[in-house]
Parts: sequence; structure tokens; C-alpha cells
Amino acid sequence: MPKDGGIGASTKRREDVRFLTGKGRYTDDINLRGQAIAYFLRSDQAHGKINKIDTAEALQMPGVLAIMTGEDFAAMGGNPAGWLVQSRGGETMKEPKRPVLAHGKVRHVGDAYAVVIAETYQQARDAAEMVEADITPLPAIVDMAQAVADASNRVHDEIENNVCFDWGWIEDNRAAVDAAFDAAPHVTTLELINNRLIPNAMEPRASIGDFDPGTGDYKLYTTSQNPHLTRLLIAAFVMGIPENKLTVVAPDVGGGFGSKIYHYGEEAAVLAASKLLNRPVKWVAERSESFLSDAHGRDHVTKIQLASDLEGNFLALRTETLANVGAYLSNFATVTPTFLHGTLMAGPYKTPLVYVNVKAVFTNTAPVDAYRGAGRPEATYSIERVVDKLCRELGLDPIAVRRKNFIQPDQFPYTTPVGLVYDTGNYDATLDKMIELGDLAGFNARRAQSEKNGKLRGIGFSTWIEACGIAPSALVGALGARVGLFDAATVRVNATGNISVMVGAHSHGQGHETVFAQIVSDKLGIPAESVEIVHGDTSKIPFGMGTYGSRSLAVCGTAMTKAVDKIIAKGRKIAAHMLEAAEEDISFEDGKFSVAGTDKAKTFGEIAFSAYVPHNYPLETLEPGLEETAFYDPANFTYPAGAYACEVEIDAETGRVEVARFTCADDFGNVMNPMIVEGQVHGGVVQGIGQALLEAAAYDENGQLLTGSYMDYAMPRADDVPMVTVDHSCITPCTHNPLGVKGCGEAGAIGSPPAVINAVIDALHSGGHTHIAHIDMPVTPARVWAAIQG
Amino acid sequence: MHNFEFVKPTTLAEAVKAMSTEGAQALSGGQTLTPTMKQRLAAPEVLVSLTAIPEMKGVCTGAGGLHIGAATPHAVVARDARAHYPALAALAGGIGDPAVRNRGTIGGSIANNDPAACYPAAVLASGATVVTNTRKIKADDYFTGLFETALEEGEIVTEVQFPIPEKAAYLKFNQPASRFALTGVFVAKYKDAVRVAVTGASDGGVFRWAEAEAALTKSFDVSALEGLSYPTDSMMSDLHGTPEYRANLIKVLTKRAVAAAH
Repeated sequence: MPKDGGIGASTKRREDVRFLTGKGRYTDDINLRGQAIAYFLRSDQAHGKINKIDTAEALQMPGVLAIMTGEDFAAMGGNPAGWLVQSRGGETMKEPKRPVLAHGKVRHVGDAYAVVIAETYQQARDAAEMVEADITPLPAIVDMAQAVADASNRVHDEIENNVCFDWGWIEDNRAAVDAAFDAAPHVTTLELINNRLIPNAMEPRASIGDFDPGTGDYKLYTTSQNPHLTRLLIAAFVMGIPENKLTVVAPDVGGGFGSKIYHYGEEAAVLAASKLLNRPVKWVAERSESFLSDAHGRDHVTKIQLASDLEGNFLALRTETLANVGAYLSNFATVTPTFLHGTLMAGPYKTPLVYVNVKAVFTNTAPVDAYRGAGRPEATYSIERVVDKLCRELGLDPIAVRRKNFIQPDQFPYTTPVGLVYDTGNYDATLDKMIELGDLAGFNARRAQSEKNGKLRGIGFSTWIEACGIAPSALVGALGARVGLFDAATVRVNATGNISVMVGAHSHGQGHETVFAQIVSDKLGIPAESVEIVHGDTSKIPFGMGTYGSRSLAVCGTAMTKAVDKIIAKGRKIAAHMLEAAEEDISFEDGKFSVAGTDKAKTFGEIAFSAYVPHNYPLETLEPGLEETAFYDPANFTYPAGAYACEVEIDAETGRVEVARFTCADDFGNVMNPMIVEGQVHGGVVQGIGQALLEAAAYDENGQLLTGSYMDYAMPRADDVPMVTVDHSCITPCTHNPLGVKGCGEAGAIGSPPAVINAVIDALHSGGHTHIAHIDMPVTPARVWAAIQG
Repeated sequence: MHNFEFVKPTTLAEAVKAMSTEGAQALSGGQTLTPTMKQRLAAPEVLVSLTAIPEMKGVCTGAGGLHIGAATPHAVVARDARAHYPALAALAGGIGDPAVRNRGTIGGSIANNDPAACYPAAVLASGATVVTNTRKIKADDYFTGLFETALEEGEIVTEVQFPIPEKAAYLKFNQPASRFALTGVFVAKYKDAVRVAVTGASDGGVFRWAEAEAALTKSFDVSALEGLSYPTDSMMSDLHGTPEYRANLIKVLTKRAVAAAH
């Protein structure tokens, strides 16, 4: 039974009160005195040579303060890729400069090449219409296969064949994998596309640059998932500002899903413009700018093969993938299709041999980067689809085949053939739970009922695993990461006994303000209401790496727990002095320090007060104050896993697919707040259903984005999804963090797409449409209908 | 959005006068015009709101059947037409979302004549009469093409008169993103004839399916449509559906509308 408001309690989210009553404070809610407005001019060509940008007439327009172009930023550094990936031959990946504003060429529709600063937004837009951009169109490079095949047409003139890297994982295993395929009794082959997605955070990106001419300090308010990382990128790589002269504030942020991890040029532009004008400069993206310029997600074209014996025992797996990175390398663009994808290709299975090849390809499209799940949905989709196809080809039960290939509980820690060590898990347990909660026994009756209603019904499964709690710095450093991936927290006990906790993680929907307070409350035995979580401001918090990769609780939560442990240790010393007892005789429980075997005790509040009013205090041996910081670098990734079942109904006459039932049985390790965990899974599953059935970013052959608004980009809505059944009662605690937590933020988006598609294929086969081996996502009505027609 | 002047006349005569100003543009619910202006794709100098003119609002029965004022929002039609013409009320209640239905109007919809809008299907299938400040226009003469109508410059739709059918139904297959009609079919059975109008499918806008009308006039039953199919040549093709798919939807939705008609 959880303590009231403590670990394990379904405490309602305290931050929701301000969000739901319109009292959140987002970047656009911040208006600084004397603030000017920035409007970015964006290319309407996918690819073009910039000859001249004539701003003379625009500068004469009312209210215009300045116009900056790529020329003005040519001397600045580029926005770097966070990881250097090595190609199979050992050469380092190609990393073209990503300038603040396009310089020399524009490389995708939406590529910003100038910024107009004016007194008002309307004046900035009016002036923008007067800027004359002389840009010679060049042929657009959109299709990845063509990009690789045609050496003459290049996104970056210095990069032949538009290939960023050609990565093999693990290259030394390639020959053995190929040999296993040659000898295998059965090989299942599947070619599939992991569709390109546009993140669509509810709050568009926004930034305010504020230069203080008195101190020379820069301040950036921005929509970021990781203010310190953004500060590091701007300071050390792009603008050359000393880190201690730049403060980054990410206030309330309305969703990120990965798209707000990255530093974007607009942030540097508003800082530079603010310095130029000695005034704050604000930019808020319009939704159409978000579609064109936020980093997109996924976009893999993959051939996957699974070798097995005739009983369905997996022998080897190999893949070849073209991964679109778009026109420039966004910060995580190179790690997402490699170390967040290739290292997961074992799935929860003991497949002995795995080889993954990924070519990252530049195209004249928006940059592509990590999006909820980041690489792991791509891996899971490929694996779970090919497993399903194998079962169909061999006439085997998809549940039985998964079971017989699962890594067994007694095999942990388990070293996979793709370089990870899974610490713990029990994949049969979640599968059993899914079978129970999904009422698989009742499926045939439900199918009969659907058929009576003229619908085809199918069921599909996905047994997924991910690596999150990102990440052990030494390991990722060896793999090419340019940063560490620890996190940090400071626990400041105030004199009156309440607590401020400054954390490196950033909450933009996750509920940290609630959950982190629950943990501190539980550990210190004080009410959660007495704990305030502070995040999102580099001038207030310790250097943390932010929130992505389901890392906040496992990494930052651990740092916070360690800081709390230091507080308790110091409190024990203070209590020993006050109670005139030996330190080792002091126990701490339920907010009280007491002398073992006596009724002598001091409350946590009394100890805190004493630390700040040290009248009776061991000042010779102990510093006053009660504030501790801990940094934590994880020993390993965490490995949440689960089993999902999806049932769909298909109207064969129109091709419309309806998700009728969705069941999730997950192992997230220990759960701190079940309500929040369930909400995270609901949201993730909805995004996964969105990817499977609705969402697709489409460019035409000229590189024009066809899905540049909600008129054509289909987001899932409430009536597109069923009530999702979520269970997290199967628990194998993480073995290497003190809370035993694994992370739950991405699970739904990772596990659900293959379950949906497997269900669609099952439904179509039940209707006799057995010629359909695969349909690419999104499985729109038109695609299903066309597949049925043959 | 560029600057503009805004006038809100309270009589039709004032509205007609305002519309004669240089650069004037009629504004009803603004569901298409406002976003277009925000994107700076339209920049009228004067917006003439038509939503404060009492004679252009409301639902009543009259000589022409059910009369609906052009400035009546969809939500009001959904509520007030239900007792008289349930299929029309259901159509109005299925447009967009509550915000759209409380702003958007029938006059605005048919004056714009978006090829994926719902109302044109009802107007055409009902053989309705479009009443303007100067004349009455039969539905068959009113819709002239993609975003094109028989309206003259400055002419204002004031009312639409719907003959009430014996049975009718409108079935819409949503475009997954916009939820406009990827294809929508309105079937209306009158005493002497059946009319079938299709929206969302053709690159020429709303149209009638004569072959289906003839078959259904003979026998108002799903079986009458056996063997019929709509040709694909004039069908729209986009991300959400090929011509073949849209032609299929016409057939499927017509069958289902006949079965659902009441």
C-alpha cells in the first residue's frame, strides 16, 4: 500500500491545475519590455542556389528594424550532429555544416534564409513580402534510392551520392549471419517502409532572445526539452558565447515528442538579433512553419529477413535500411537510425545472429530526427512484422513462436548479438497477462459477431522491448556520442523544512512536478505539498541533460534519490549532535530522526531549522545548511518490455480499419505513479495507432510537402481510438538503479504499430484476401481497398 | 492577415449596397475565408458580414418546402430541420465540429462550393432553389464547377428552399485528415423521381449520378444498383484516394444511402 501521496500513489498531476485553467506560462506568454518580433523567410523551393537576397525595399517598410540573411551568420559555427557514426569501412560520417540561416543554397521547402525583425508581427510579415530572393531552382532530391544512385545531383555539393554513412552493426558478424542464411531451412523476407511523421506538439516552437547590453549576458526563452543541452550547443558550437554568459529558460512547454530536443537556427537568430538591436526579439512559429521546419520522425525504407527452422526457431536476422536524414543533420539524426535502432534488432528474442546495415541519406526534405521512441519503433516494427509473416508462411501460431524464441528469465543478464546487455525481464509473464486481459479466448466469438455485421476482424500481436534510461556515458562515448548522458538534481531543504528540488530533466507533459515530489515526499516522510520541483532554467538547476528517451525517472530520478540520500546522511549527523547520540545509533523513518531503543527523536523540520540556525550545531565538523547535489551516470540502459494485442475491424467495401480493442501488458519495473504511467501508455498507443493508420508526411517529386496542414496530415482523434487497456503489474525491477524503474514514455508508440498492422493482415486473410502479405503504413482506407482489389 | 474594413449591415438592402464597394467581399461564417486571409492568400479591402440580417436567418416551412435562411449556422439547421427533413438535418449535424457548425452557414457553404463540402450534395439532390437578392436559381443551374457557381459579382444568396422528399439519406466517407467528404452521396426519393448527388469525388465539384437515379426511380431498392458503376475519368485523385477508389465509394455509399433512407 503506497504512502499517501508517496511512491506508488496515483496522485493527480499538480501541474494540470495551471494547464487546465489557462494559467500555464509558455514562451509565447512571455512578453518583455521593448520586445520586437521576428519573422522568418522560408524557401518555397526544395533545392536552389541563392544568388541574391535583396532586402533594400523591405528595410524601408514601416516598423522594420533589421533584416538578417545567411551572410550575417556565415562566420558562425554550424549546429552539430550529436553523434559521429563510423561507416563500415571505418571512415567517419559526412557532416555538412548546418548554418543558422541557409547560405549559398536552400535545401528544403521551409529552409529559413532570412529573418525580418520589426515592431509588430504584421509589419514583419508585410516587409517579408518585399524581400526579393533570387534563387535558382535546382532539381530536388526526394527519393532515397535515387539520391544514392545519382552521384550528379547532390544536397551538399561535397557529399557524393548523398550518403552520410553506411553503417554495419555488428560488421564483424556479417559473414556469420550470411552463412546462417545460406544454410537456413526457411527465410522470410519483408520489404517495408516506416512512414515519415511530423511531430505536431500542441505548442509550436517559440523563442525569445534577450541580450543585456549592461552585463553582456544573453538569455534565451525557448521551447526546449533540455535547456542545458541547448545552451551547450549554442554556446560551444554555434555562437561562441561563454556558457556562463548564456541562460536558457524552457518554461512550460506544450509537448515535444523529440522535436524540441534539438537546437534550431531560429534560437541563435533571435539571440543575435537581440544583440544587434539591444532589444528582446521574439519569434513564435505558425503551425504551417512547424510542419515545414520541425524535425520530422522515422522515414526508413527497410528490407528485413528472418531465417528459421521449420518449427519457427529463429536462426538469424538481417536488415538493410535506407534512413532519411533530410537536408541537414539534426542533433540526434545520426544516432536514431543506428544505436537506437540497430542495437534493438534482437528484440526480446534469443536469435543468435543479427546483422544490421543502415545507410543514412541526405534529401531535399526537412531534417529527420528522433520522434517518440526514436529508432526503437523502427526496430520493433521491422522485427514484429517479419515474425508475423514468418508465422503465416510456416502456418505457425504467432504466440507460440514468440514464446519459443523468448529470452528466458534465467538467462538474464543477457548479452544480445547487437551489443546490449539486458539486465532483467520476463517476457512470458507480460504475454500471459496480455492473453488474459485481451480475452484472447473470446476472440473467435468477437470475430463471428463482426462477420455477422459485415466486417472482417483480425488480431495482431507485438512483443516489444526497448533500451531507454539513456544512457551510460562511457558506452555511448565509445560509440561516437559527443556528450555525456548523465543527469543531475539538487535537493535544497529550506530553513522552514520545505524543499526545493532543482532537476536537470524537463517536464513538457510528463508530470515530473508531481512524480518527483512523490518520491522526495516518500523518502523524507514529509508531505508532497512541501516539495517543489524546479526545472527548465539553466540559472537555477544543475547541469542536466534533459528529457527524452524515457530517461527522466531512471536517470534524473536516480540523481534526485541520491541527493535525498545525502540529505538524510547529513541530517543523521545533525541529529546525532542534537540528540547527543552516536551517528550510527540514529535511525530515520517517517520524517523522524530517532535514537535507536529510546523515545528521543527530532523531526525532519527541526533538523532543517538547526542546519540554518546553527546555534546548537557541530560547526567544527559539519557545514551548516542542508542542500545536496548528485550527478548520476547510469550503469546500463533500462529495458522495459511488453506484449500488445490489437483487434481491428475492416469494412472491406471501403477499406476502413477501425481499432476495436487494444490491450497492453507492460513491464516498466517499479511504478511510481500508476495513473501517470497509464496516461503515458495511452498517449503512446494513440501515437502508434496514428502512425499505423493515419499519419504520413508526403513530399511530391519536386520536394513540396503535400501534407503541410491538418487538411492533409491526419492526426488521431478521440474517435479514431478505442479505450486502451493498460496493465503494468508484471514487474522485474531494473537491477542497476535504486528505484528499480525502467521508463514508460515511449512504450506505447514503440509497441503498437506492428500490433495494428499484424491485426489488419489477419483480418484481411480471414476474409480470404490471402494474397496480401503486407501493406505499408499508414493503412488508409484507400490503401486497404486497393490491396483487396489486388 | 492584411488590414481590412469591416461592415455588418442589418438589412439586405444595406448589404447589397456595401457589396458594391470596390474590393468588397461577403463574409458569412468565415470558415473558409478567414483562414485564407490569415494565410494572406486573400486580402479583401472590405468585409461585408451577412450574419446580422434577420431575414437571412432561420428555418421554416413554406411554398418551396423547407426554407433555410442563407446565414443560418449548421447547428441551427441540425436542430430545426430535424422534424421536417431529417436527412438534411443529419447532414448539417455532421459538418466539421461544434465550432464549425456554430459559425459556418449554408449560404457560405454553397457560395464557396468547395468540391468536398456536404451542403452542395443536399441542395442538388433535393432539386432545391437558391434564392438571391435578385433571382431564384435552380440547383441544377447553380453549381457550375470547382468553387464556381452561377452567382454574379456582388449577388447575395439569401435563402435555400428544399422540396421535402419522401425518403432521403446522406452518407459521407470522411477524408481522414480534414474530415471533409472524401466522397459523400445524398439520395432523395421524391414522388416521381429519385435524385442522387455526389460530393467530394469529382474534380468538377458536386454532380448527379443520372444512371443511378434512373434505376432507383424505377425501383427504390439497393438491388436496382446491381451492375452499375460510376466511370473513373472525372474523379479526383490525391493523397487520400485514387479515381478508382472514389468511384468505388460512390457505388458503396449510394447503396448504403438507399438502405438507410427514411
